[in-house]
Amino acid sequence: MSGRTLYDKLWAEHEVRRNDDGTSLIYIDRHLVHEVTSPQAFEGLRLAGRRPWRSGAVLAVPDHNVPTTARGAGIADPVSRLQVETLDRNCAEFGITEFTMDDPRQGIVHVIGPEEGATLPGMTVVCGDSHTSTHGALGALAFGIGTSEVEHVLATQCLVLQKSRNMRVTVDGTLAEGVSAKDLVLAIIGAIGTAGGTGHAIEFAGEAVRALSIEGRMTVCNMAIEAGARAGMVAVDEKTIEYLRGRPYAPKGELWEQAVASWRSLHSDADAVFDREICLDAGRIAPQVTWGTSPEMVTDIEGRVPRPAEEADPVRRRDLERALEYMGLKGGEAIADIRPDKVFIGSCTNARIEDLRAAAAVVRGYRLADNISLAMVVPGSGLVKRQAEAEGLDRIFREAGFEWREPGCSMCLAMNADRLAPGERCASTSNRNFEGRQGKGGRTHLVSPAMAAAAAVAGRFVDVRHWDYR
Amino acid sequence: MEKFERLDGLVVPLDRANVDTDAIIPKQFLKSVQRSGFGPNLFDEWRYLDHGEPGMDPASRRPNPDFVLNQPRYQGASILLARDNFGCGSSREHAVWALLDYGIRVVIAPSFADIFYSNCFKNGVLPITLDAATVDRLFRSVEAQPGYRLIVDLVRQRITLPDGEEIAFEIDAFRRDCLLAGLDEIGLTLQHADEIRAYEERRRREAPWLFVDL
Ligand code: SF4
Repeated sequence: MSGRTLYDKLWAEHEVRRNDDGTSLIYIDRHLVHEVTSPQAFEGLRLAGRRPWRSGAVLAVPDHNVPTTARGAGIADPVSRLQVETLDRNCAEFGITEFTMDDPRQGIVHVIGPEEGATLPGMTVVCGDSHTSTHGALGALAFGIGTSEVEHVLATQCLVLQKSRNMRVTVDGTLAEGVSAKDLVLAIIGAIGTAGGTGHAIEFAGEAVRALSIEGRMTVCNMAIEAGARAGMVAVDEKTIEYLRGRPYAPKGELWEQAVASWRSLHSDADAVFDREICLDAGRIAPQVTWGTSPEMVTDIEGRVPRPAEEADPVRRRDLERALEYMGLKGGEAIADIRPDKVFIGSCTNARIEDLRAAAAVVRGYRLADNISLAMVVPGSGLVKRQAEAEGLDRIFREAGFEWREPGCSMCLAMNADRLAPGERCASTSNRNFEGRQGKGGRTHLVSPAMAAAAAVAGRFVDVRHWDYR
Repeated sequence: MEKFERLDGLVVPLDRANVDTDAIIPKQFLKSVQRSGFGPNLFDEWRYLDHGEPGMDPASRRPNPDFVLNQPRYQGASILLARDNFGCGSSREHAVWALLDYGIRVVIAPSFADIFYSNCFKNGVLPITLDAATVDRLFRSVEAQPGYRLIVDLVRQRITLPDGEEIAFEIDAFRRDCLLAGLDEIGLTLQHADEIRAYEERRRREAPWLFVDL
C-alpha cells in the first residue's frame, strides 16, 4: 500500500462514520463564525429548537461590515448594524465566544484564528467563508462552507462530505528578492486556472513553500479557493510549531508537548500518491499583476495585457473582450503603463504584520503619487494594528499620505463604506478582482503588498525588484 | 426544504463562463438576516442600470433591457442554462437563495464551483452537470426557439428535450435521495449522535488539546 497524503491523514482522523453512498460524516474541531453568513443559521437552529452541539468550539467575530473609521460612533448603516448586533445577540444567547467590534483582538476572521492559536495543526476548521482555506497553512484541513452547513456544524459538530481528490503543487527553487507569497500564488493560479483545483484539496509543497514564513503560507493557502480548491494546506514543520508557541489559545505545558509530538506527523508520506501534480520553478516568477476580472487573468510586471484577437477559442475570446472592456484596458497595453487611482492594502490575504512591514519598507521616505486619490492600509486585526504602531509603520504610511484604518474586511469586498466608484482603478492586495467586487464598476488589480505600495508611490505599476529603498 | 422530483420549465440562457457569486447576488444584499427576499436582486448589477441597495423598491429601478433575464421571452423561467465554473467565488449561500427566490430550481452547466454546488442541494435547487458540447447545443436551441422548455426528471435522472430526446445526468445518490424527500440533513446526522459522542470520547483521549473550550 502506498503512503498517505497529509489530506488523507487529516480526513481519516476526523471520520466519524462512512455512509453507504461513499460520503463521510466528518467531525469539525473549530468553527469560526462572522456576521454575514451566520444569522440564518442561528435562526434555523432556533426554529428547530436545537442548541449548539459544542459552543466551546466556536469563535465569532464581526469583520465584513464593520466600519474602518470612527468606530466609536458605531455603525452608521442600519442594515449593517442590525447584522452585527444580530451576531452579538446570537453569541450571547448560545454561549459562544465573540470578539466584539470594540475588542482589541477583533479583526478579519482568518487573521485572528491563527493569531490567537484558535486554529491549530491537525484540526478540521470551517467557517461560512470561502477563504477559510487560509488556516491550512498550519497543517489543518480548513475549508469554507455555506450557511446551511454553518447550521449543520452548530447543531452536530459534523458535516456530511465527499472526500476530495489529492493535488500537490510543488514549487522548487527560490523566489527572487521582492517576489512574495502573493506573487507565488497568483502565478500558480495563472498556471492552473480558477477551476484548476476544483474537486481537489491542494497541498503546497517544495523548497519555495517551505522557505515561506507561516504568514506567507497563509497568503498562498488563502487563495487556494481562487484556484478552485476548497482546501489548501502546507505540512507542519518547525516554523509552524514556533509560530504557535505561546499563542493565547494554543495548548500549554504538557498538553503543548503532547500536541507538538502529534503535529510532527502532519505531512504527506514520501511514497504518497497524488491524483494530480503540478510543478513550478520559483526562480522564474516575477511580481504579478492581474489585468482582468478573474484571478487567472494575470501576468507579471514585465508583461502585457493579452490581445483578444489572438485567442482562438471563441468563448474565451468573448470573456477576454468583456474583461478588457470592464477593466478599461486595451489588448497589448504594458502592465507597467497601467495607472491606478486608489490603493488598498488589506484583506485576509495580505493584512498581517509581515505584509504591512513589506509595504512600509517600500513607502518609507516617499509620498503618494499625484494621481492616487486614496491609499489606505487596513490591518487584519486589532493586534496587527497595535504591533504595526509599536514598530512605527503607521507613521511611515501616514507621512506618505496613506490612511491608517481600523481592522476589518473593508474594501476587499466593499460591504462597508470603503469602496471604489464606477471606473476607478485600484491596486489591491486582496484576493478577488471580480466585476463589482470593490464597488460597482470598480476595477481591481490584484498585487502583493510591496507592489501595491510601489504603485501608490509611482502612480503606476512598477517592478519592486528594482525599487530604490530609502 | 422543498422537495424536487420533476420540473417542466422554461429555460433562460446565461452565456458567460465563471459567473461568480458576487455577480449572482452582490454583497450589499448580504446584509439581510433572512433567507428570503433576494429574488429581485438576483444578478443585480447586470439586471439593472442603476445601483441597487437593500430596501429599494424593484419597481422604481431601471432594468437593463439587454440582460437576458429582462427579455420578455424568458419571463417565468425556472431553469438556468450556464457556462463553465458557475457559482465560483465566495461561499455565500445567498446566491442559491436568490436563484430560488427568483424561481430557478435547476441550473445546467458544464461545471460548477464546489461550494455553490453543495449549497444548491441544501436548498432544493438541482445543479446538473452536462458535457460542454451538450450545453453548447442547448444554448443554440434555447436561443433559436422562443418558449424553449425542458423536463427535468430527478427520479429517472433524465432531461427531456422538446423533440422527445432524452439526456441522462449523473448525481450523487445521497444528494438525490435528500432532494427527492426534501430531507433535513441535520436531522439525518443527529440520528448518529451516539457515534459522534463515541468519536469525541476517543479523540479526547488521543488529542485532548482539541477539546479545550474557547
Ligand atoms: S478580507 Fe475579504 S476575502 Fe477575507 S474574509 Fe474578508 S471579505 Fe472575505
